[in-house]
Amino acid sequence: MDDSEITPEKEMTEQTRTHAIDINALARKNDKEQGELDFCLKVKNLNLFYGDQQALFDINMEMAKKRVTAYIGPSGCGKSTLLRCINRMNDLVDIARINGQVFLEGNDVYDKSVNVADLRRKVGMVFQKPNPFPKTIYENVAYGLRIQGVKDRRVLDEAVEKSLRGAALWDEVKDRLDDNALGLSGGQQQRLVIARAIAIEPEVLLLDEPASALDPISTLKIEELINDLKEDYTIVIVTHNMQQAARVSDYTAFMYMGELIEFGETSELFTNPKKKQTEDYITGRYG
Amino acid sequence: MDNKNLGHHISRQFNQEIDGIRNKVLAMGGLVADQIDLAAKSFIQSDLEMAEKVIQQDELVNNLEMNIDQECTEILAKRQPAAFDLRMLIATIKAITDLERIGDEAARISKMTIRLENTEYYHDQFHEIQHLLDMVKSMLNGALDSFARLDVHDLAQITGKDLKVDREYASIVRQLITKMMEDPRNITRTLDILWVARALERIGDHSCNICEHVIYMVQGEDVRHLSQDELEKVLQQN
Repeated sequence: MDDSEITPEKEMTEQTRTHAIDINALARKNDKEQGELDFCLKVKNLNLFYGDQQALFDINMEMAKKRVTAYIGPSGCGKSTLLRCINRMNDLVDIARINGQVFLEGNDVYDKSVNVADLRRKVGMVFQKPNPFPKTIYENVAYGLRIQGVKDRRVLDEAVEKSLRGAALWDEVKDRLDDNALGLSGGQQQRLVIARAIAIEPEVLLLDEPASALDPISTLKIEELINDLKEDYTIVIVTHNMQQAARVSDYTAFMYMGELIEFGETSELFTNPKKKQTEDYITGRYG
Repeated sequence: MDNKNLGHHISRQFNQEIDGIRNKVLAMGGLVADQIDLAAKSFIQSDLEMAEKVIQQDELVNNLEMNIDQECTEILAKRQPAAFDLRMLIATIKAITDLERIGDEAARISKMTIRLENTEYYHDQFHEIQHLLDMVKSMLNGALDSFARLDVHDLAQITGKDLKVDREYASIVRQLITKMMEDPRNITRTLDILWVARALERIGDHSCNICEHVIYMVQGEDVRHLSQDELEKVLQQN
């Protein structure tokens, strides 16, 4: 028989083989089972006071590299405060006093030798309300690099395109890079700000309620983006939207009254939390 | 963890919805328990009227299953429940499937009753059937009870009974095989009795499944496919 002639049976087996699924690969593995996790951020015995009032109580946690960690908790529980400790944004608050340590890749960010501008280059931040500069789309993204002294137009062009692509905005703005950024929609502005943040290739991205001012579709785009970005960055996100935390994060920390109540894998925390306070909060109960 | 505060949602409407579902599940459980009782009695007493009633009522069970399923789906869509609420809904959706299957088994027994009409019964087998019935009924009631009270303490005992049910079933099968070998003309009738015993044995299995769903609901632990010993260990740990 001619070899090229494929009998129906042969075709069938060929097909089944290509579609066969490795059963062993189906078993879900969490990070721990896959081996040692790389930690990028470590918070150690962190206390923070606003004047006389203590806002954070002895926080200890380690955040995994290239994973999304979400902070959830009611208003005023200290989640944004904790987030802002990571890139020393609290330095800008006069009455804030901190003791304890925050390590980025093993280096204490509160060490005297640390250059804060340098730190914030490594730790990008995006806020609730998009805050593009009143410049062109192009200049917004190129801004960080220009401050660093990059002048080569080709380098800038490449970085702008790469960042805008990374922020899933390129296709929407590529024909109007010279338009004013303030003309973009809220969701686009937020992605532009993320593009601006990743243009300088930070190690960590801090997102403080990045989608809370956006409509559901823009919110989904941001969430999709977060999922893509964790390929390259360690992401910490503060969100009031618990479902959002459940959707985008690998790890979730629940905070309450300035304390870290529970911190663990998102899948576990949302299906089987260990602490009653966590349970009450995520199920919408009062304690 | 204390799961006893089922209510206490900030949304009172959510409380009511959850309560409504739980009540319906328990009502469905009660109905199904009645169904197997009636079915087995109709079989033993050869009561055709009762058998007809069981078959008719099976539709009620089916409707309840669809109804509860629908409500669970709506809550999932509307409220995106988490933690205990989520586990309760998932466990409910699974438990009512088992309840519905138990209802089917009851209807199956009643169909056998009707089919066996006017045939000479082996009355000596009824003692074992009755015994089997009592065992699976207590398993089902125990499972429903723990669902209502969110209490998993007695569940190992209930799943333990399933081993006894299996043994009892095996012994009935052996006796019936002997009967069939004695006189091949008995085979048709004997097989029907065998199906009844089989239906009861399946009810035991479904009751065990419900126990497993309750453990998942209360403790968040997936205990399916564990041996009796392993299951007891899990329950002791918590």
